[in-house]
This record gives sequence, C-alpha cells and structure tokens, in this order.
Amino acid sequence: MNVWWLIVLCGVMTFAIRLSFIAAEGKVTFPPGFRRLLTFVPVATLTALVVPDLLMPQGTLWLAWDNARLAAGVAAVVIAATTRSVLWTLVGGFVVLGLWS
Amino acid sequence: MLIGVVPFGMIYGALALSQGLSPAAALAMSSILFAGSAQFLFCQLFGAGAPALVTVAEVGLLNLRHALYSAALAPHIAHLPRRWKLALAYLLTDEAYATIARREASGEASGPYRHWFYLGAGLGLWGSWQLSTAVGVLLGARLPADWPLDFALPLTFIAIVVPLIRNRTMLAVAAVSGIVALLLAGLPFKLGLLVAALAGMAVGWRLAGSTA
Repeated sequence: MNVWWLIVLCGVMTFAIRLSFIAAEGKVTFPPGFRRLLTFVPVATLTALVVPDLLMPQGTLWLAWDNARLAAGVAAVVIAATTRSVLWTLVGGFVVLGLWS
Repeated sequence: MLIGVVPFGMIYGALALSQGLSPAAALAMSSILFAGSAQFLFCQLFGAGAPALVTVAEVGLLNLRHALYSAALAPHIAHLPRRWKLALAYLLTDEAYATIARREASGEASGPYRHWFYLGAGLGLWGSWQLSTAVGVLLGARLPADWPLDFALPLTFIAIVVPLIRNRTMLAVAAVSGIVALLLAGLPFKLGLLVAALAGMAVGWRLAGSTA
C-alpha cells in the first residue's frame, strides 16, 4: 500500500477513536465495564512496547548490567516516578544511555 | 508541556527520515495523525517493511487509549456545537489530556468558557509539534546515523506509564504485558505486542472484576 494512504488511514482511525465518546455522549450508553477495560489500555500497550526494547535490544534476552538500554530504562522509571515529567525522563534516560555505552 | 513536546518532535522528524520516509510524508503525518508515539511506531514499522494491515492494527491499538481521554472530555463539551467537538477531538492528545486533567483537578478550568482553554492548550501543542517536527526533518539529515534516536520512544512511554501504575491491578497489567511481550518478541513486525497488550488487559479485567 502507498505510504500516503497508510498515513491517511491511520489518521482517520485515530481521529475516530478520539471522537468516539465525544460524539456518542448522551446518545449511546456503554456497558459499565467498558470504560474500566479502557483504563488498562495505556499501561498494557505501552509496557508491551517498552519491555522488549529494554531487555532485548539486539533481539535476544540481555539481562546484564552492561545492557545500556536496560540501565537507562531503569533510570527512566525512577525519574518518571519522582518527577512525572516526560522531558526530564527523556533527558535522564539519554544521559544514562550515553554514559553507559 | 509545550516545551516537553519540542525535543520529541525533533527526534520524530529525524527518525522518520532515517526509516526511509520522505520529508513531505514525515511532515504530513504530524498533522494527519498528530500522535507522537503512534508516529514513532509507524516509522519503525515502515522501516521494517511491515504489511499495511499490521501497521493499522498496531497504530490502532496504541491509540486506543485516546478513547479513554475522549470519554473523560465528553461530558464537559457535550453542550458545544459539532464543529467544536470535531476540533477538540482532533486536538486530543496525551499531553492535551494531561493539561486538561491537571487544570480540572486544580479547579482553574471552570465556567462556561473553559472550552476556549481546551482549544488554546490543543492549538499550542499542535503548533509546537508541527514546528519541532519541521526542525527535526531539517536537522535529521545532518545527524550521525549511529545516534540512538529511537530510544526516545521507550523513554516517552515510560514517562506516560509509570505515573499510571498506582495500584496492584495496574502493576499486574504491566507485568503480564511485559512478560508476554518478551516471550513473543520473536514474532515478526511486533505482532507479539498485540497479543501482549490484550493479555494485560484481560488480566486487569479479571483482577478488577473480582475485587469490585
């Protein structure tokens, strides 16, 4: 598929997701469990993306102190928990990655 | 918040070029998709030659969390005309939601005109994102190829996820998603991501259901 169509398709889908509840407000009632299920989506999807990036940077499990991505990721978790700032997590993660490798 | 997206946008612009996207496609994606993490994922899948269906499914799953933001914003803007709803839905990002949620919690954004605050926050983020993407595209070609720009993606996700893990259920969701993702990492085109995320959601559903 042409990359432009793919971008448009992903864009329309994303817009539809963002509009979903805003458009349905007052018209459709969702089962009570539905919103609860949604609350797990960010943690489930983002963690599934991150963990292999940190523990398998080269495709196989690398659970050792000299894995720079793992070290930087652990530092980022600590920074994110204390500062709750995306910017500081990025800065701290890249600094540790740079120092480690 | 506005400053926070600038380095992220620049990194995205540079990453897009390094994964083989044209500058025009990289810039257009920032306004058509307008979702930083999904744009990163799109670039990585594009660079890996993933099939269109896989890209659409994974971008959709990643952006499904915006339905949560949509549900949170919906009651506050239910009285507005349709053009307002369309505009605010388009501008609804992680950062916009975080800004709105913070203002709501502090009681600053109240009264009949608060949708103007939502619009201002959204447009400010939109402008920062487009400009920083353009800077990234301009600088991207000059950066050394061995800079690990892609690492901005997991770092940003960590920054989003860690504050959300406030109880044991969320910790279990994260643990199951992470472990399943590791076990299935051998599958092509990050397909293990789909299974891992669904497994994490299922576990959260079970745990929350049994304690509620």
